[in-house]
Amino acid sequence: MTQPWLRVAAPLAVGAAFLALWEAAVWLSGVPVYILPAPSDIAQSLWVDGPSLLGSLLVTLRITLAALAAAAIIGGLIALGFSLSRLVEISFFPYAVILQVTPIVAIAPLIIIWVHTAFLALLTCAWIVAFFPIVSNTTVGLNSADRNLLALFRLYGASPGQVLWHLRVPTALPYFLAGLRISGGLALIGAVVAEFVAGTGGAETGLAYRILEAGYRLAIPRLFAALFLLSATGIVIYLVLDFISRRLLRHWHESATAEDEE
Amino acid sequence: MASDEPILELRGVAKRFAAGLDALAGIDLDVRPGEFLSLLGPSGCGKSTLLRIVAGLTAPSAGECRLATDRAPGRIGFVFQDPTLMPWSTVTANVLLPFRIARQRGVEIRRKALDAIRAVGLAGFEDAYPHQLSGGMRMRVSIARALVTDPELLLLDEPFAALDEITRLQLNDDLLSLWGRHRPTILFVTHSVFESVYLSTRVAVMSARPGRIVADLAVDLEQPRERSTRMSPAYGAMCERVSAALATAMAA
Repeated sequence: MTQPWLRVAAPLAVGAAFLALWEAAVWLSGVPVYILPAPSDIAQSLWVDGPSLLGSLLVTLRITLAALAAAAIIGGLIALGFSLSRLVEISFFPYAVILQVTPIVAIAPLIIIWVHTAFLALLTCAWIVAFFPIVSNTTVGLNSADRNLLALFRLYGASPGQVLWHLRVPTALPYFLAGLRISGGLALIGAVVAEFVAGTGGAETGLAYRILEAGYRLAIPRLFAALFLLSATGIVIYLVLDFISRRLLRHWHESATAEDEE
Repeated sequence: MASDEPILELRGVAKRFAAGLDALAGIDLDVRPGEFLSLLGPSGCGKSTLLRIVAGLTAPSAGECRLATDRAPGRIGFVFQDPTLMPWSTVTANVLLPFRIARQRGVEIRRKALDAIRAVGLAGFEDAYPHQLSGGMRMRVSIARALVTDPELLLLDEPFAALDEITRLQLNDDLLSLWGRHRPTILFVTHSVFESVYLSTRVAVMSARPGRIVADLAVDLEQPRERSTRMSPAYGAMCERVSAALATAMAA
């Protein structure tokens, strides 16, 4: 078994080595900074532009989290509807798939025309990207209840509501959480794509627009700094959702109990 | 007690599945209160289906299944081959399930659950989760849950088939002592001759395709059964008779 500290140290070492190589390559080859900035240039830009970039990050983050919350709630409710009636599921599921496979860049302009509030328009775009994994995972979960447990609930005279609440919903929880972890990243991607399409949102400019802007102005170090913030945000969202998932499932689900067994 | 009115009467019970498979045909069976009846047969003889019909989980295609007791929740206990526990709930919460469904709660209910957990030898594990328990302990939880409502009829569907020999013998004895204390009527499905003879007061031998009862043998071994019972000549002779009946059933 690998040492616990190695799980943190090894990827960090790879990252550090990569950055050092990058730095050296830029200095040795003399690539101009507007083509490829060295990591030190990016760090400096992060320091200088950091406060204003963080403000933009906050705008993007608000859209992302709102979209994720909407995806969790509405996605969960849609899955609940699907599980209550097979007819509802087979009637509506294809449309959820259509919404999922249509590229968001293609429909974002329409949404931005139809929805007048900038925040709501961006939220809708991010939601469309993010809701599907939750719907599809949770639907599978709600239909995965143990058949013998279902029989037992019937034997003891459980109402459909009790079967749903005491059996189907707990069974679906790990599936829902797995969907949520995927949706976390997708909500961020959806928010960024929507911002790209929407352009400036007036006084409130998200991180995506800052990336575009930096590109136009050949402020490449700032572009990289913004990119770095986006990736870091994505990682943090994933870690937080992973933590929540482990906390909720730690007593019973294989995915969360495997490590604390003696 | 054998003179009592039967608690369960099956008359010409048959089950045909949608695929056209005849699982059961012409089952006639009377079970009296307090009996420990084993349904013994090869796999695929429909004994589990029969148990599900008695529990009211499956409707028979023909015939009648009459229960002297009402079918009110909790009058029948069911133990599956798998422990069938809710992995997200503690031992206590799993055992409380029948009451939770009946929307009964309170100190008295909780005490019943704790008593049932103690009765199956799991005192100290009330707050454990199923994944922390061994296979045999999970099966004990399952039995505690079936017993907690003090059922008149207890249905067990090959509950020990997946357990190792040592655990299985131990659970056989524990089940017998629980039966001795509360005397519910037990219908016990098994494919083990030795288990059926050791546990039961009566063994119904079934043949397969379609499942029917081909022999109905009373087991007149001394009560209570103990480990030494397994060594007695009477036990050996009875096992031989039941084996012979089973061999005939499988040849038919």
